[in-house]
Amino acid sequence: MTFTLENWPLLLKGAGLTLQLAIGAFFIGALLALPLALLRIYGNKLASGIVRVLISFLRGTPMLAQLFLVYYGAGQFRPQLQALGLWTFLREPYFCALLTFTLNTAAYQAEILRGGIRAVPAGEVEAAKAISMSFGLQLRRIICPHAYRIAMPALGNELILMIKGSAIASVVTLLDLMGQARLIFARTFDFGIYLQAAILYLVISFAVVRLWRLLEWWSAPQFRRPVPTSNPVTTGGQP
Amino acid sequence: MTLSLSPRNEDRPVLVARNIAKTFGSVEVLKDVSLSASQGDVIAILGSSGSGKSTFLRCINMLEIPDRGHLEVHDQVVDIRDGRVDPRQMKTVRRHLGMVFQQFNLWSHMTVLQNVMEGPLRVLGQERATVRDRAEALLARVGLEGRFDHYPAQLSGGQQQRTAIARALAMEPDVMLFDEPTSALDPELVGEVLALIRQLAEEGRTMIVVTHEMGFARDVSNRTVFMHHGRVEEEGASSDLFHEQKSERFRAFLARTK
Repeated sequence: MTFTLENWPLLLKGAGLTLQLAIGAFFIGALLALPLALLRIYGNKLASGIVRVLISFLRGTPMLAQLFLVYYGAGQFRPQLQALGLWTFLREPYFCALLTFTLNTAAYQAEILRGGIRAVPAGEVEAAKAISMSFGLQLRRIICPHAYRIAMPALGNELILMIKGSAIASVVTLLDLMGQARLIFARTFDFGIYLQAAILYLVISFAVVRLWRLLEWWSAPQFRRPVPTSNPVTTGGQP
Repeated sequence: MTLSLSPRNEDRPVLVARNIAKTFGSVEVLKDVSLSASQGDVIAILGSSGSGKSTFLRCINMLEIPDRGHLEVHDQVVDIRDGRVDPRQMKTVRRHLGMVFQQFNLWSHMTVLQNVMEGPLRVLGQERATVRDRAEALLARVGLEGRFDHYPAQLSGGQQQRTAIARALAMEPDVMLFDEPTSALDPELVGEVLALIRQLAEEGRTMIVVTHEMGFARDVSNRTVFMHHGRVEEEGASSDLFHEQKSERFRAFLARTK
């Protein structure tokens, strides 16, 4: 086992793809998660049921299996996908991975948000109803701000899991951080490269955790300032 | 059971609730409760816990949908059957009623000023500068100048409840509903909130107050309603009712709470 820095440009390039995939999937997934969570809670029986089945499938099966399903499965439907104009995307392993990760994290985030929405103080929603707020306004002004604030730590956790989970992209020929490490290992048989990749993953996770904490602090001004007397507030403080 | 209107005001009532009925599961919480309020009425609703007084108040602005009943608020007539109500009618009714909760229920992620501005700004769609001026004036009136940028958690219970009252007033309601507004307060903070409600009464605001404060009911309200087991057991002018009670239960209740 040798430690050289000669492979670092390749590893860093791989880390770039890892971040791109994981963060991209996380935020596109976030856009999907909100409507999923809302349908799950406020939708009628049918909509809520469909969403529940979809989420159970995405959370209950390995992400690697889902990736294979998309990556190898897409080829089976090439004519249909070509007709729909989707083939250009789904023939690329990059988009297969992005799609899989997005759906997977959307399912997890939807469940996290559902918990957040359930935990919104009922009295504050009543107060919104009492001044005749429409349901849309209640969601936008009261429910979502609370739900996201409550869900923030769990969402940060999900982002970290996504970054590490994205290593399976390397199985479908993508040269993300893990993919680069595997490629270099195949050439050199020096397993130290995996250690170096691990250190990079660690650095990324650490940085993301700190950034996320900053985001939590920034998004919750009501917990920032010191509280004078009674009513102790336990959350927050300086990041 | 139908109540006679207030003797002191023969105008058309600003709020009518007739034969409101509500069951939770197999429990009949409200059995045909009726009440009407004329302009300037201050009605105290008394009763032991479980008498249905809070549920009745919440049925008036449909935070609980009654199983059946009839409501008239600000020219909006609502007839409720089978616990169903038209959402537009519900919005109109709520729009003209101000609600103050036992637990204040301020929006904890908004400052005091934002709490008061929210309704006029987002629900009524009024112009921001005007809304801001009015909100600041209202907050000054309830004694919260210098606290505009505080968050609810940074205020005492009394300050929070006074903010909640300002928030309700900002919607310029026809009738203010108070659901045990002082029950969650430390004893030394009860006075400041009662004083504010008393002041609103003196300005001629129409108010319905569910309360345990007998002194307040006796001194401030012009009418008192005593509820027991989901019915109106006794009601009348407060000045009479606190001297002489027809109902044995009400007499016992007063004796217990002296």
